[in-house]
This record gives sequence, structure tokens and C-alpha cells, in this order.
Amino acid sequence: MARRRVVLRDELITLAHGAGGKATRDLVEALFLEELGNEALAALGDAALVEGGGRLALSTDSYVVHPLEFPGGDIGELAVNGTVNDLAMVGARPRWLTAGFVIEEGFPVADLHRIVASLGAAARAADVAVVAGDTKVVERGKADGLYLTTAGVGTVAAGIDLGPHRLQPGDRVLLSGTLADHGMAVLVARGDLQLEALIESDTAPLHELAASLTGLGDALRFMRDPTRGGLATALNEVAEAAGLAVVLDETALPVRAAVAAACEILGIDPLYVANEGKLIAVVAAEAADEALTLLRAHPLGADAVLLGEVRAEPEGLVLLETTLGGSRIVDMLVGDPLPRIC
Amino acid sequence: MKYVDEYRSAELARGLAAEIASLARAGETVRIMEVCGGHTHAIYRHGLEDLLPAEVELVHGPGCPVCVIPMGRVDDAIALAEQPGVTLATFGDMMRVPGGRGSLLEAKARGADVRMVYSPLDALALAEALPERRVVFFAIGFETTAPATAVTLLRARANAAPNFAVFCNHVTIEPPLRAILETPGLRVDAFIGPGHVSTVIGTDAYRFIPEEYGRPVVVSAFEPVDLLQAIAMLLRQRAEGRCEVENQYTRVVSPRGNARALAAIEETMELRDEFEWRGLGTIPRSAMRLRPAFAAWDAERLYTVPGIRIEDPKACRCGEVLTGQIKPWECGVFGTACTPERPLGTCMVSSEGACAAFYAYGRLRRPREEPVGA
Repeated sequence: MARRRVVLRDELITLAHGAGGKATRDLVEALFLEELGNEALAALGDAALVEGGGRLALSTDSYVVHPLEFPGGDIGELAVNGTVNDLAMVGARPRWLTAGFVIEEGFPVADLHRIVASLGAAARAADVAVVAGDTKVVERGKADGLYLTTAGVGTVAAGIDLGPHRLQPGDRVLLSGTLADHGMAVLVARGDLQLEALIESDTAPLHELAASLTGLGDALRFMRDPTRGGLATALNEVAEAAGLAVVLDETALPVRAAVAAACEILGIDPLYVANEGKLIAVVAAEAADEALTLLRAHPLGADAVLLGEVRAEPEGLVLLETTLGGSRIVDMLVGDPLPRIC
Repeated sequence: MKYVDEYRSAELARGLAAEIASLARAGETVRIMEVCGGHTHAIYRHGLEDLLPAEVELVHGPGCPVCVIPMGRVDDAIALAEQPGVTLATFGDMMRVPGGRGSLLEAKARGADVRMVYSPLDALALAEALPERRVVFFAIGFETTAPATAVTLLRARANAAPNFAVFCNHVTIEPPLRAILETPGLRVDAFIGPGHVSTVIGTDAYRFIPEEYGRPVVVSAFEPVDLLQAIAMLLRQRAEGRCEVENQYTRVVSPRGNARALAAIEETMELRDEFEWRGLGTIPRSAMRLRPAFAAWDAERLYTVPGIRIEDPKACRCGEVLTGQIKPWECGVFGTACTPERPLGTCMVSSEGACAAFYAYGRLRRPREEPVGA
């Protein structure tokens, strides 16, 4: 069915764009369908119909990052990669996304266009289709520009079983690259710290990296992308859920020089800062070398390291063996030093 | 990272640890108080206690600026934040400190306009950006942060800033040290002097400690190698029969301090007759208020604050922790009723607080107690 080509002439989003009438329709056709179009979405039905079955993985996440655009990415790209990564971490192949936009009245259409284009490009890069969406416009002052929610569905091959329950003492903990890039990039981009640093967000889709590790079979125990709360919080959740200890080697922690310096100046521990393009993998000890090779073979895993190991004791805790030869607990994040980073 | 990695060198640390071990005397425990919360944090973060012999015991001191603020002053800050038209700006740690009516973070959730800033100058900039509001900066800290507040006040005067004010809670380091030194049954043999305070006041300011109280002092920087060197210097003093003030932090600290910073404090602030310290009680002439010449920027003159003294929770032993009489884990509510998520006492709030630092990094070394009421 040929679609009438609609041109959107408005420069600012108004309440009419969210009212469900003609302006909404114009926005959807001229902007969303243009940038995200695919057969399932173009039907514009009440729900998208897709083919696929078996075991499914579902995930959803809302994005309220401020600023909306930052070095290395923007909210559109982040909203795709974040949900894609959540699906990939359970061993799923990400397939379909939905996107819900809450837009503040007066938001420039050009900015929205850029963000939707970026979302579309990220979806293509991650090989997922945005098959359903929603737009709401709220009064000026009721939202900070734009909030974005994505939900995703992925298909999971038979036999894949990943989770903290599979951890065993002796397993090795790997990290696919440098820490704290995203959180520090956003913090610096806000500009209110009068800190200038060339730090880029690491937002990236991890589906290929994750898929290569699932080739390890049973030797792959668990994957997680350490987003808000950082590596420390993610590992604490794992240790607690598994009832085991995770012991890290401080000398192995990879942090870019600019990120390390910014953290040092601001008194922020990179272990607690969000990443948006990194994964933690726990693998059987005998598969650690192979896993590291697999990670390093992919551009997104070039800086992968062996970070530590799983031990039986002390139950539920994460420890760090310091460069100096001491050891300490790595606790969960308390409070939020960096609000609204994703 | 340049200028940081050198001071975290494992090789240098091992050498110093060996020297400390050789200077320790079997069966003779030396209790060293690190005055500054920054030191406490570094000790735990780098696991330094693992490198020390059993005869060297570190005792955590009162120098955490957040920890010494009494609950009543937090309530005063909340009362300021709730004034119509007021935006309260403060350091991040201060937002979670519980007063008698909850914390500033809770006041913010109730609708008060509370903002986190990294420096008082940011608060002044905020005032310029919000001309229809009055921005009140909740100023805390020792002589370390007082110069920044002083410089901000001088700039506010130069700009004739109409909508900026300071709620001054700056304190001075000597009175609490004297209070600790005069504690009956003092358990401290030597002091690691605070580094950043000393950049302002200089090392001469501590001469009363060896001269009047017979305890040696080494002013130290904050990296692990610095702290180990300071401990070695203290033990060497003992071995050589000396008792004096020494300076490990020579790259920044001088004997007389920073004359310009001191002059800025002197110009803008004066000593209060007395000030209540959390856990230490009321100490005469131990804190600063704004001089009358700065009345136009003095939140205590512009607004009425409750100024009520609020008793610490009975179970909270922050006072004994701050004076080195007990270790964090010896407090009955440590890690049970008092945790970083739900702190009862200030020592559990700031990352420089002894309890928070021990909870976050070190509680492995002690058995965890069962939660109260569980």
C-alpha cells in the first residue's frame, strides 16, 4: 500500500502533536515512519504483528538522560542500545523494539528529528526493528525536553541458561573494556563542573559480543552490562544472588586516563559509574582464555580484561585486592552521585 | 595518572611497610590518630591496615567536616530551605545527613529547592542565574573550605550580589584536638595531622600538641604512600626519642600556611563564642560566623532559624567514634540500625566518616552483627 508522503512543517512540538489527531498523525508519518520505517511499524495498527516464537526475552527501560545529546551518543541511541543490551545479556537475540516518546511542549522538531534518526540508525546497527511506538506531549515545564521508553523482545536459543545460579567457585570474571566512560561523559557534558575533558560515552550494542560468548556453551555462566551503579553494584547483585564472593584485582581495572583524572578530581570512584557499552562475563576457569580471545576479537571488546574470580567465601560480598597488597570490600552504591545519566 | 600513580606505587609502599615493621616494638602498641576524614577514607580504600604490623593501630579522628555538624544545625538548614523564595545550595554529602526532621534530601522531596554544588562560587553563580530567588549556601568545613567561602563572600560584596547568602558553619581544627587531648583516659599516642587544613593554617599551628600534651604530629598528604611515610616518621620520632611536629606533605604545606587564605577568612569571619559539635558537645570559640560587615549576606541575620539543640539518638555513639574512644564496629548500632542507606549518625553519612568508610571497605575484618529487630 503506497503511503501518502507527509511533510512536517512545524518547528516546535505543540500539545496538538500529542492529541491523537491530525498533527499526531503527521508527526508519526513524516518523522517516525521516515526514520524507523519497516513493515510491521508501517501498518500503524494497535499492535505490531511479528513472526517468531519459542523462548522469548522481554525487557523495558526508560531514558531520562540530561543532556539529551552528549559526546559519543544521545538519548535515541542510548534507548536502543540499553534495551538491546539487556536482552543480549540473557543470551537472547534482540529482534523487536517499541519506543514511547514523552515530549515537552515547545521541543524543537529539528532536535526530535535528529534524535529519532539516531534511534533509527542504532536500531539498524543492532539489527532490531522498531515495530510499535507512542507519542505523548505534555505541557511546558512538565518534562525536561524528552523522555523515551523502549521495550524489547528477543528470541532465545534452546539450551541457553545464564544467571547467578550457575556461578561456581573458581569461575573467572571478565570485563569487555574500560570503566566509567558513559557516566563521566554525561557528567562533563552538563558543563556545570567547569571541567573540560574529551570523554565519550561508550554507548554501543553488545549483541554480537554476547553472541560470540554464548558459543562457549555451558562454560558461560552469566553476563551483565554494568549500567547505573557501575561495576561495583552489578557485581554485588551477582555475589548476593549467587551466595558467593567475587574477588577483583585492582591492577586489572581498565580506566581511560581522562576518565581516571576526571574521577580523581571529582572524588568519584569509577567502580560506581555507569557504562553503556560494556559487559561482565563470568566463565568457567578453563574457558577464561578462550573467552578473553573472543571478546578481544571484536572491536567493542578490544580492551577486555580478566578482572577476578569467584570464590566460596565471604558469601555475598565483593572484594578488591588493592594495588598495594591490601584488600577491601567493594560495597553497593549508596545514594546517587550522578543523577539522570541514562 | 601522573602525580597520582607515584603516590600509589606498590613498590614504595612495600618498602615503607618494611620500615614500619622494623620500627614497631613487639608487644608495645602505638595508637595513631589520623585527624582527617580524608585520611580515614584513603586508609580503608587502599586497604592500608593490611600493610601494618599488629603493634600499629590507627584511630580515626574528628576531621570529617560533615560528621561534626550537629542535628540542630541540619534542622536550621532545612528551615532555611523551606523559607519561601529560598534555594539552599550545599555539598552533596550534607544532603543525606539526618537532622531531627529528616535530611535535606527528604526536604527536597517534600518540595524545598535544595541543590548540590561543588563549591561556594557555584552557589554564587546559581544566585546570578536565579535572580528571583535567594540562594543560601550551607557552608561547612574546617579551615580547608573556609577560604573558598570567604573568597565567595568577598566576590558577593564586590558584585553587590542582592540574592546570595551564607549559612556559616565553619569550624576550626584546634579546639576539637584540644578536647580530644583532654579526654580522660586518652587512647592516642601520636597524630597524623590533616593535610588540606594545614595548607591553610600551616604546620606551626600544631606545636601545642607536642609542647603541651607530649604527642608527636606528622602532617600528611592523602595518598597511600604518603600515609605510610607519615606513620614511619612518627615511629622514627619515637625510636629517636623526639616529639615534635614534622611535615610529610612538603609539596603543598608550609610552616606558616597560606597567608592570603587566612587573610580572606579574617576579613569575612570571626570566632563565635561557642558552637555545638556533634558528639563533642559545646566547645567555646571553635567555629566561625560572618562579621557584621557581611550582614547583608548572612543567612542567620536575614532569617530566623530554630536554633534548637537536638540530642543525638541514644544508641548513636558518634561522639566516641569522633574522639577515637571506640572503633566504628564497637558501636551497638553499627551496620544494623545505622547503615549508609539509613544512617543514624553523621559518621555513617560522609565517605570521610569513619563508620561509612569502615562499613564500605573494611567490615570484612569483623563479624557482622544480626540486624536489630530481625
